Amino acid sequence: MAQIIVVTSGKGGVGKTTSSAAIATGLALKGKKTVVIDFDIGLRNLDLIMGCERRVVYDFVNVINGEANLNQAMIKDKRCDKLFVLPASQTRDKDALTKEGVGKVLEDLAKEFDFIVCDSPAGIEQGAMMALYFADIAIVTTNPEVSSVRDSDRILGMLQSRSRRAEQNLEPIKEYLLLTRYSPSRVKTGEMLSVEDVKEILAIDLLGVIPESQAVLKASNSGVPVIIDQESDAGLAYSDTVDRLLGEDVPVRFITEEKKGFLKRIFGS
Amino acid sequence: MAKQNLELKATSFTLSVLYINNADLDIIAAELDKKLAQAPHFFLGAPLILNLSALDDTPVDLASLRSLLIERQLVIVGITEASIPFSVQAKDLGLAVVKSGKQAATAKIPPRGTKIVKQNIRSGQQIYAKDADLIVFGAVGNGAEVIADGSIHVYGALRGKAMAGAGGDTQSVIIASSLEAELVSVAGQYWLAENLQQHCQAQRGCVRLEGESLTVELLP
Ligand SMILES: Nc1ncnc2c1ncn2[C@@H]1O[C@H](COP(=O)(O)OP(=O)(O)OP(=O)(O)O)[C@@H](O)[C@H]1O
Ligand SMILES: [Mg+2]
Repeated sequence: MAQIIVVTSGKGGVGKTTSSAAIATGLALKGKKTVVIDFDIGLRNLDLIMGCERRVVYDFVNVINGEANLNQAMIKDKRCDKLFVLPASQTRDKDALTKEGVGKVLEDLAKEFDFIVCDSPAGIEQGAMMALYFADIAIVTTNPEVSSVRDSDRILGMLQSRSRRAEQNLEPIKEYLLLTRYSPSRVKTGEMLSVEDVKEILAIDLLGVIPESQAVLKASNSGVPVIIDQESDAGLAYSDTVDRLLGEDVPVRFITEEKKGFLKRIFGS
Repeated sequence: MAKQNLELKATSFTLSVLYINNADLDIIAAELDKKLAQAPHFFLGAPLILNLSALDDTPVDLASLRSLLIERQLVIVGITEASIPFSVQAKDLGLAVVKSGKQAATAKIPPRGTKIVKQNIRSGQQIYAKDADLIVFGAVGNGAEVIADGSIHVYGALRGKAMAGAGGDTQSVIIASSLEAELVSVAGQYWLAENLQQHCQAQRGCVRLEGESLTVELLP
């Protein structure tokens, strides 16, 4: 049975799609059969980030409506044969996602995959609620600023009250904090909250900290998930995140301001 | 400082109470006319509260009773000690339903239970402990609300809103490991964050009523 992961946030533009693409790719590279689903109906861009936008024929809503089957709609990743993308529809409205329809698709996928990663839209409307409803694990994507933390808190409330696990009184969703666009220098000047501040307020386990990085924009422009770029700090931070998700104990990197060390100053870098 | 267009202040007034001891409005009208003839200026324009305790559940049309009084230049502002049907009518007529100080003081406080919540209360969530104290093993986030008819204990940071004594119990308290609330209120008396911050900065403390106003007692 697959584990269903929702990448959620409440607030828009914090890095959910970037993270969904990176984490799904990372899991697949670790040998886990993974599918990543775009729940952002009408504003799809997971396929862009994954670099498969030209191969979209059918989408998630087609499958829900029985107009296509899963094998027709899922796109196999070019780089990794354990990875599949189920794109969102660009045209249909969000109410196409019904609980029964989504439940059925996830149930079918669960038989075949190890991980199902759900890229949630922003907000707390139907699309976001459907993305989190069936989750076993929630990756609460948060930027180190007050409004994002507040929205994450709101989403945590939803996970605890409006999910399948909550409604059926099952073991609660495992909630993780993923702090993205972290800039140690701006934390130092007090413009941003620190890792500790956010952990204190949200009181959930930290899964990873992804630094603010030029590499992210570069990666999305070229349709390659940033985790593939193992030269970049963001790519490495996502790899660490995936390792922790798989139960490894990995120290958190890139949370202090980079200083040129003594040796580096002497010998250059 | 900018002029405030609205201010809310609690002030007490002494009001005359007119006891309506008969359900027959003709009798009431005749009696009133007699009284007014004796002392024509005594009642004139004075705000009155109607005490309806003698009427129990006798159906009397409050609107007709009010018109009868208004015709005689009496200003009626509300009713007291009235049965529920009267309170409902009063609401429709825009009349206040008031409790006298005596009545409020003797209002029975029902025996309380305890409601325990073993998790953080998140933004957008609301917890109400009806006829009970509320104990939270966790934090109450910004944008979350905890309400209890009794006291509220938060074993974590209180960052949202907390309303203790929601049913009017002035003995209720709010205790938190870190008082950072957006609003605290005990039996309707409230402080916003800025008022609270004048008394305590994210410290462990107990908010309670002292007379008519709130105080914070810092706890070790
Ligand atoms: N670590 C990072 N460093 C720099 N830029 C980033 C980082 N993570 C995300 N971004 C940028 O932030 C923007 C929003 O990212 P993304 O689309 O992943 O967010 P989202 O949460 O999915 O947004 P939406 O709510 O609209 O779905 C993008 O331009 C992306 O390149
Ligand atoms: Mg997105």
